[in-house]
Amino acid sequence: MIPAAFAYHAPSTIGEATALLAKLGEDAKVLSGGQSLIPLMKLRLASPAHLVDINGIPGLSGIRETDGFLRIGALTRESELEESEIVRSRYPLLHDTSKVIADPLVRNLATIGGNLAHGDPANDHPATMLALGAEVVAVGPKGERRMPIASFFTGPFETGLKPDEILTEVRVPSPPARSGGAYLKLERKVGDFATAAVAAQVTLAANGACESVGIGLTNVGLTPIKATKAEASLKGKAPDEATIKRAAELAAEAAEPSADLRGSVEYKKDLVRILTTRALRKAVERANTRR
Amino acid sequence: MLVKLSINGEQYEADVEPRLLLVHMLRDVLRLTGTHIGCDTTHCGACTILMDGRPVKSCTIFAVQARGKQLMTVEGLEQDGKLHPLQEGFMAEHGLQCGYCTPGMLMTSFAFLKKNPRPSEDDIRWAISGNLCRCTGYVNIVKAVQHAAAQMA
Repeated sequence: MIPAAFAYHAPSTIGEATALLAKLGEDAKVLSGGQSLIPLMKLRLASPAHLVDINGIPGLSGIRETDGFLRIGALTRESELEESEIVRSRYPLLHDTSKVIADPLVRNLATIGGNLAHGDPANDHPATMLALGAEVVAVGPKGERRMPIASFFTGPFETGLKPDEILTEVRVPSPPARSGGAYLKLERKVGDFATAAVAAQVTLAANGACESVGIGLTNVGLTPIKATKAEASLKGKAPDEATIKRAAELAAEAAEPSADLRGSVEYKKDLVRILTTRALRKAVERANTRR
Repeated sequence: MLVKLSINGEQYEADVEPRLLLVHMLRDVLRLTGTHIGCDTTHCGACTILMDGRPVKSCTIFAVQARGKQLMTVEGLEQDGKLHPLQEGFMAEHGLQCGYCTPGMLMTSFAFLKKNPRPSEDDIRWAISGNLCRCTGYVNIVKAVQHAAAQMA
């Protein structure tokens, strides 16, 4: 399959890239890992007249923990997240997520910035970042701004990014002691989108009660879903089986899946209930081992 | 747009349209037809090559993105008329039936064994999970990779 013709731009600075985007407007798309965009272009579901390839811009990739945040450059490949020792040891929810995105070959090119900026409710990072309370950094011709992830996903394949802005960094708050998380995904085969997936992150207080809770849902709605009622139901309570069961039911109620080849509405909602139960159990177990 | 790059240690260049996919440049322009086009939808991995040492799907990269990169294709496995232990392994263990997925399987396994020279069976299955064999000959493919790992140890 051959994509429609386009003009290719390879800027070497962010300033050059945002100036190009400002000039070209809606006719241009940013090319990062290309693992969602290029398949869409081959199917002619997307036919941008211009591609602005940001892969040659230095400083857009890398993982470091500073100032109370894990700062991940937008061009960081999924395989780099998967192999990162700091992600593995300190951010188990993110480590879980990076292992189940697409397949190992796709993960060598796919980027965390692209996964979020694409705005696809079937992508895995959105739910994880909702659970982690992350923020994204965007740079445009007028400078830099930060957006909380909770208001980033505005519609199917739509985000708070302006056409002349580039997502440059993802910031995840460093978890306090007694924090843990888990990502559980059911997929028909490696590389398929999730039938449903659930991201859970908890921080426990000294008395064992849930101090903070984040729950994000993948591919069960028009946008990634933050299960706020489920989160609220756990806050201040000990995460015992009855409390987790109630939170899982609330998460299932928050899901708004549509029926497709992967399953019926009822099946997917029940899957969210089960995956939330298991993700919360695992998150609590991990929080208890990180004092 | 002019693309200059290194493939299997040799310099190549071609003047291509930006929309030309890397796999098409390899096969149709440079006539390196060892790399196969399978599903053409980023699923099957038949088109896997190494770009700067990492296995990637060449049907999901534009040729212009490979400017200045070091590529390795299946043609680069054989050295001085001698097959690579992975190629020997695929022969010895009957790791190929129709052979269509083989170039991708070989390139993924080549990069994998460099990172993990003593893999478990689970490690191998995980590593090749982005490469599909429609003959479903995975049992012998895993044996072939194990054969190569033993030869190279």
